[in-house]
Amino acid sequence: MSSLWPRIEPLLARVEKPARYIGMERGSVRPDHHPEKVAWLLLYPDAYEVGLPNQGLQILYEILNERPDAVAERSYAPWIDLEAELRAHGLPLFSVDTHRAAGDFDVLAFNLSAELVYTNLLNCVDLAGVPVRAAQRRAEHPLVMAGGHCTFNPEPLADYVDAFVMGDGEEVVSEVTEVVGAWKRSGRTHREEVLRDLATVPGVYVPSMYDVEYDGPRVVAVTPKHADVPAVVDKRTVADLGDWPYPKQQLVPLIEVVHDRLNVEIFRGCTRGCRFCQAGMITRPVRERPLEQVRTMVRDGLRRSGYDELALTSLSSADFSGIDDLVGGIVADQEGTGQVSVSLPSLRVDAFTVGVASEIQKVRRTGLTFAPEAGSWRLRQVINKLVTEEDLYSAVDAAFSQGWRRVKLYFLTGLPTETDADTMGIAELAKNVVAIGKQHTKGASATVSVGGFVPKPHTPFQWFGQNSVEELRRKISLLRDDLRRSPAKLRWHDAEASFAEGIASRGDRRIGAVIERVWRAGGTFQEWSEHFDLSRWLDAMAAEGLDPDWYVTRHRTEDEVLPWDHIAAGLHRDFLWQDWQAALAEHGLPDCRWTPCYDCGVCTGYALEHVVAANVPPAGGSQGTGQDLAAGSTVPVRLLPTVRGGRDREARVAG
Amino acid sequence: MRGDAGVPVRLRFTKHGPVRFISHRDVARAFERAFRIVELPLAFSAGFSPHPKVSFGPALAVGYESDAEYLDLELTREVDLERMVDAVSDALPEGMAVTGASSLADRAPSLQEGITALGYAVELVGVAPADLGPVVDAFVAATAVEVVVTRKGEERIDDIRSSVLALARPRPAEAVVVVEVATRPRTLRVADVVNGLRAVSPDAAALEERRVVRTHQWIERGSARHEPLDVDRRSDAPEGATRALEACA
Ligand code: SF4
Repeated sequence: MSSLWPRIEPLLARVEKPARYIGMERGSVRPDHHPEKVAWLLLYPDAYEVGLPNQGLQILYEILNERPDAVAERSYAPWIDLEAELRAHGLPLFSVDTHRAAGDFDVLAFNLSAELVYTNLLNCVDLAGVPVRAAQRRAEHPLVMAGGHCTFNPEPLADYVDAFVMGDGEEVVSEVTEVVGAWKRSGRTHREEVLRDLATVPGVYVPSMYDVEYDGPRVVAVTPKHADVPAVVDKRTVADLGDWPYPKQQLVPLIEVVHDRLNVEIFRGCTRGCRFCQAGMITRPVRERPLEQVRTMVRDGLRRSGYDELALTSLSSADFSGIDDLVGGIVADQEGTGQVSVSLPSLRVDAFTVGVASEIQKVRRTGLTFAPEAGSWRLRQVINKLVTEEDLYSAVDAAFSQGWRRVKLYFLTGLPTETDADTMGIAELAKNVVAIGKQHTKGASATVSVGGFVPKPHTPFQWFGQNSVEELRRKISLLRDDLRRSPAKLRWHDAEASFAEGIASRGDRRIGAVIERVWRAGGTFQEWSEHFDLSRWLDAMAAEGLDPDWYVTRHRTEDEVLPWDHIAAGLHRDFLWQDWQAALAEHGLPDCRWTPCYDCGVCTGYALEHVVAANVPPAGGSQGTGQDLAAGSTVPVRLLPTVRGGRDREARVAG
Repeated sequence: MRGDAGVPVRLRFTKHGPVRFISHRDVARAFERAFRIVELPLAFSAGFSPHPKVSFGPALAVGYESDAEYLDLELTREVDLERMVDAVSDALPEGMAVTGASSLADRAPSLQEGITALGYAVELVGVAPADLGPVVDAFVAATAVEVVVTRKGEERIDDIRSSVLALARPRPAEAVVVVEVATRPRTLRVADVVNGLRAVSPDAAALEERRVVRTHQWIERGSARHEPLDVDRRSDAPEGATRALEACA
């Protein structure tokens, strides 16, 4: 097929940020298509600047292009101005690598990292010239697939996506390629056939192979239509991250994007056990990348990309075994090659972590971010974010004393059992943080970001009824009033957007029609406040005869079938329910890397284990866990060979 | 003005193809990365957040191509300019290449101070090549050409005639004009020139620019015009690495 570039190029002169659509990033490829090869179009259904850095998409892009039987290109949601031009000129969605029509690919594979992008998925499928409803697609249409964290509740998009992939994609993407390749070479006739085959690939969920039964508003059963289709679809997990040193050629965009830096994933999974955190729950167990591999990826990546900024990514980077050795090594490796600024996203809240951060952020020491998440110790026990006040104050004190001038604090409001006293605790912490800062520098400032809590599937809070828009607003205004005259600056997330996110997060199959209505009414780019309008969602719910409160603010019961119960992240339902009860009883749960396994189900069920370089907690006191971490344990961990400084650390913990 | 310690160097580079859609700022970032990839010994400014000493000439509008962009940079030591030209080109995005380099004398005026004129080749649509001749002639013959220009968000009427230093049709069979505009008192935009063409002739009402290539930048000293690589050269500089300017497309 020919490139659409000659027809797209004249349109680009008329749109904002035309370089979103030209590709040509360092690290990108222009693969040779071939009738025998499976052609994947990897899509991130949001603006290029948001989608380009997505590591999951980049990993699959490389793995697929390394295969002799596959090619992969990329696409992002065209911004509203280009969409209008494309539609006016009868042009379809295209890949940015070779500007090929999306409809010419065999698979359109979406990365779903946020629920509010669902309407963009529909829009991209439609712009590709493919029927948005899966049932209306025929053999000549591409398969529409999706992966990413949101797919752990695939039901809202079940009528729109042909197949979902649960969990880590590194291995399953090849198995899917083989199934689709066989279908393609056999003449690509019956769509049903390939879907049936895909449904038997572990980790793949094909919603059209299941019947959903309702009793009034409730889902009562989701059952496979055929004997060879699994009743429960289990997620896929890469046992050892060291086998997958990807991306090897991280894309370097030509325009500014979010997280515009070299990103090296140092571990996957997190067992801190924060009960609100879906990412932590669904990515267990912890799998660390070998330290030497991290150093090599950093060295090669910086040299190849020309970046002078690096992030060591994970859900809690300071928890990497020997993080101090790692950052020390990276700093030493960069000696003499210029200034590189290193960041550890998701900083743990304690002074040790600040020490590590100060070692690596020698230049541009502007702001540090901490996430205590809740305003009182009581509520932090409920959510199992066991940061003591002392942890926070010592972290902040260390930050200001080491030259930082601005501290950002992240909190959630609308958490289970939250009282106004808990909410006001946020303001108090903020004021105290500013006071600590002023002892060090007159210019000390603190920004407090407050998000409305949206309960997520596969977490202990999946049964909790989300706060209403009014309740979230009331809590925000309490904080606004209290912080009005404080130097701490308050930022908050739109409560209406949290409500729409709540509809999509825990929705069932019937929510699909709501998403379609929102899309048809023009509701794309819902992650962007200037394009978001809750009334579109409420109108769509009303038109479908669905009660928003039933989906969003209602507490679920233990015996209720949840719409995602046939999807498994490996967590026992019993464990989640007990952890929910423990939350209500204000009991914290220790981290199973360092204390005995409490059998959440993931390692035991999937024959996995933690892969860490040390089975002792990182140095530095309470570590923001509020636990006695010196206890030690027998844990189902596999130790990576040799870690320098390991003994030192043990000694420090013991001492 | 340049510092005393560093080795100032001027580069000429091109911007062609899809990469023309990146902004002036993006070009600067692409160079910063390319310089790091080739481990160029860049001099850094002093201060709290040191930045490499790199400065660019007049910005090129997003979407325009160029045969002749320039930047000045300061190195901490001498490098082989010829090899640097190739290495940096390889590290730049596709469509951008360094086509010349020269060592500058200390205290040479900056590009922003020095550049006095910009040359463009402008491909037009909405006019037949045969009809373009009279339009150009009318423009050249006019003593004043008034167009609406936007400056700092405000519209006003300006006579642009004196800022157009030259205007011609290189190939009568094509709807292309070559134009040279002054940068003083302020840089005239190509869009303003096209508006001017529309203003001088009723036949040109539908005229629009399609493809714009910046072909030259000039530094005028006294009555002579120079290519920016050819002025302010360091007198004891090793043989320059200037290559023939590629013929304009
Ligand atoms: S199975 Fe045990 S060790 Fe594994 S994540 Fe769950 S609690 Fe932790």
